[in-house]
Amino acid sequence: MLVHTAFDRAEQVARHWAAAGCPIVFHADKAVPAKTYNAFVKKLSDLPDVRFAQRHRCEWGTWGLVAATQSASEVMLQEFPDVRHVYLASGSCLPLRPVQELIDYLVDRPHTDFIESATTADVPWTIGGLDQERFTLRFPFSWRKNRFLFDRYVAFQRSVGFRRKIPNGIVPHMGSQWWCLTRQTLSAILEDPERRHYDRYFSKVWIPDESYFQTLSRLYSRQIESRSLTLSKFDYQGKPHIFYDDHLQLLRRSDCFVARKIWPYAERLYRAFLTDQAGAMSRTEPNPGKIDRIFAKAVERRTRGRPGLFMQSRFPVEGRENGLTCAQYSIFEGFSELFENFESWLAKMTDMRVHGHLFAPDAVEFSEGQQVMNGALSNNAKLRDYNPKAFLASLIWNTRGERQCFQLGPRDTFKKIEWDIAKDPNAQISVITGAWAVTLFKSNANFSDIRREAARLQQIESKHLEVLRSQWAKARIRIWTMAEFVEAPMEPLQRIIDEIGKQ
Amino acid sequence: MRLRRKRAQVRAYRKHFSLKPVANRTGKIASGDILLFSTMRDELIRLPYFMEYYRKLGVSHFLIVDNDSTDGGREYLAEQPDVSVWTTKAGYKRSRYGVDWLNWLQSKYGHEHWTLVVDPDELFVYPFCDTRPIRALTDWLDVSQVRSFGAMLLDMYPKGRLNSETYVSGQDPIEIASWFDPGNYQIEKNKSYWNLWIQGGPRARMFFADQPKKAPALNKIPLVRWDRRFTYVSSTHTLLPRGLNLTYDEWGGEKASGVLLHAKFLNTFSDKAEEELARRQHYSASAEYRVYAENLQSNPDLWCKWSEKYINWRQLEILGLMSKGNWA
Repeated sequence: MLVHTAFDRAEQVARHWAAAGCPIVFHADKAVPAKTYNAFVKKLSDLPDVRFAQRHRCEWGTWGLVAATQSASEVMLQEFPDVRHVYLASGSCLPLRPVQELIDYLVDRPHTDFIESATTADVPWTIGGLDQERFTLRFPFSWRKNRFLFDRYVAFQRSVGFRRKIPNGIVPHMGSQWWCLTRQTLSAILEDPERRHYDRYFSKVWIPDESYFQTLSRLYSRQIESRSLTLSKFDYQGKPHIFYDDHLQLLRRSDCFVARKIWPYAERLYRAFLTDQAGAMSRTEPNPGKIDRIFAKAVERRTRGRPGLFMQSRFPVEGRENGLTCAQYSIFEGFSELFENFESWLAKMTDMRVHGHLFAPDAVEFSEGQQVMNGALSNNAKLRDYNPKAFLASLIWNTRGERQCFQLGPRDTFKKIEWDIAKDPNAQISVITGAWAVTLFKSNANFSDIRREAARLQQIESKHLEVLRSQWAKARIRIWTMAEFVEAPMEPLQRIIDEIGKQ
Repeated sequence: MRLRRKRAQVRAYRKHFSLKPVANRTGKIASGDILLFSTMRDELIRLPYFMEYYRKLGVSHFLIVDNDSTDGGREYLAEQPDVSVWTTKAGYKRSRYGVDWLNWLQSKYGHEHWTLVVDPDELFVYPFCDTRPIRALTDWLDVSQVRSFGAMLLDMYPKGRLNSETYVSGQDPIEIASWFDPGNYQIEKNKSYWNLWIQGGPRARMFFADQPKKAPALNKIPLVRWDRRFTYVSSTHTLLPRGLNLTYDEWGGEKASGVLLHAKFLNTFSDKAEEELARRQHYSASAEYRVYAENLQSNPDLWCKWSEKYINWRQLEILGLMSKGNWA
């Protein structure tokens, strides 16, 4: 058992193992102050089958962890000749099933080594883009404390084409550092005449604790099951996920033998699993599927997030949004000018929510004249124009599950958001050019006013069409002239509605 | 930026002379304790629930600056075993709304602790806060090598007029002010300090609709693993060094974040608004409070058909107001 903090928990777990008759060898990080360490040793002095290995300094990703494991394993094999399987655990590991079940499980499989061990080609999980290279470069600098030198030195070795020779043609394997090996395999590794050779090589490998035993066990094992008996999940930065009290049911149903890492203050977990449940679980094979899913989801949320959501801890730069909006929506330009009661007709034909001109200059025209919409979105035009991008993204986000649709025209204030809409693949934009003239024609204004207004709208529209026709536009855009459309109106309309219905 | 940070530190030092200790129990602070810093004035009625709430989350010690309370709040705090209190009669405004005082206390007592800076009407909600204490969060942040944790201010309000229900000391204010605006927030990035500037919510919708730029900022970074070189610049909205303000992801992912439930709008609010207006000690001569006072006379119902009733953090997570990030 490797420990470096939370010694009271380590002690608690150790007593649990010991109660089932398992001898234990501890390794404590050399960085632990002597006072703490001595108190720990003293506390465990009443247990007969407990030993303490020579201490090494263990820093993440360095050789120290392997050296620690070697020393502790040697003590174990020497002092306890009856031991058949050796289980490598840490102070934050917690046995989930009665220890006797684990013992029975191993007795049934006397020659099997449980060690996750795969070649770099087999597995995608590598941190920092170092997979094969972790075996062919040198890593004298700490990744945690000296990231700059670490990166520089890797880059330097790459540029000069430096490659280390892998000794004796062993094939590097990687996997979880928490294994359970048989005496034969473990002693063969430790007593290998070439061991000094291997040790020197692996001491400069990147994260050797995930490759030393994983590689060498391949040389000697009679039968390897390439999986760890310890349930241990890592996130996208390579640090282990932590289990808390609220994971109790999840852990119970996982049927795994041991889990890590457990938060030291997770009182309920320790209480639940360390009081023997008298074989409460009868199934034999571990089944961590559900836990896998939960952690995979968490990683995805951290790396990809929820598309179309802008919030306090997700504010993507342009181009990294995975979409400005979270769902598809439709924009109609010129339709409500050309057809009377277009909006109510459209609402009847489809099950969309049909708004009026959302970007009308005076007020937002929500459907049914509502003053506030989903999400308490106000119809105040100033509030909307203050940040129209946030307005649209919020509207689509707030109404997830119901397709939105709104009218747009050259009279609206859409300048600030024009490009965003055109570039949004979720937008379906249908335009009848020149339809704005209809309302103008029907108005009873003076001729010169109409002409001035027409010139203005014409200009806005042509600029808008330029945007829609640009090569960067990603929305599904259809443009008709008024003449084209009036000639055969039903066919294009049907096409649009069919497309909406399909989603 | 370095100069600005130094200036803030000097200010904090200068302003600390006005602080008089009332009860100093900071000797009890052990290494690794989670500390809460706050400044308050006449908030006695809120204190019992406030203390209970944060004690339950696992705050070990409260360090509080009392700005000349007259309602007995100072005496109440001085009696608590886990509270240290300082008092001052100096102007709230001249200490940059309390920031200088707290910066000094934090640099003195908060070094290498996780510190939580909240107002007495703010309740901190974070992912899994119903099952995990704050220490679980800070331990996880430590492991993830994250030094600051963002929590947006979420204005809570009752259904109906503000004074229709009376808040009783010790009561959970969210029982009365249980509604909030779920999706009408606007975000911009501050180019010089790198923090996000969030506005919106009921105050923007009701009081600032015609001048949205003036609506109050809702972005906050209340939980920081403090170092004596750090300073808050304006309230808890902005920190220096500015890398601490990057509590959001810019590449499409979500970082973990929480919410500060802001139970400002209770029946106590109208008195407060009038008083603050008279004192003119708040931001830009209490312009915010002037707007409130005007509006409170006419129609103080902040509730609308699309207001959402608060249930728990998971609800806020689903609505997209906060995120678990990769904490599971």
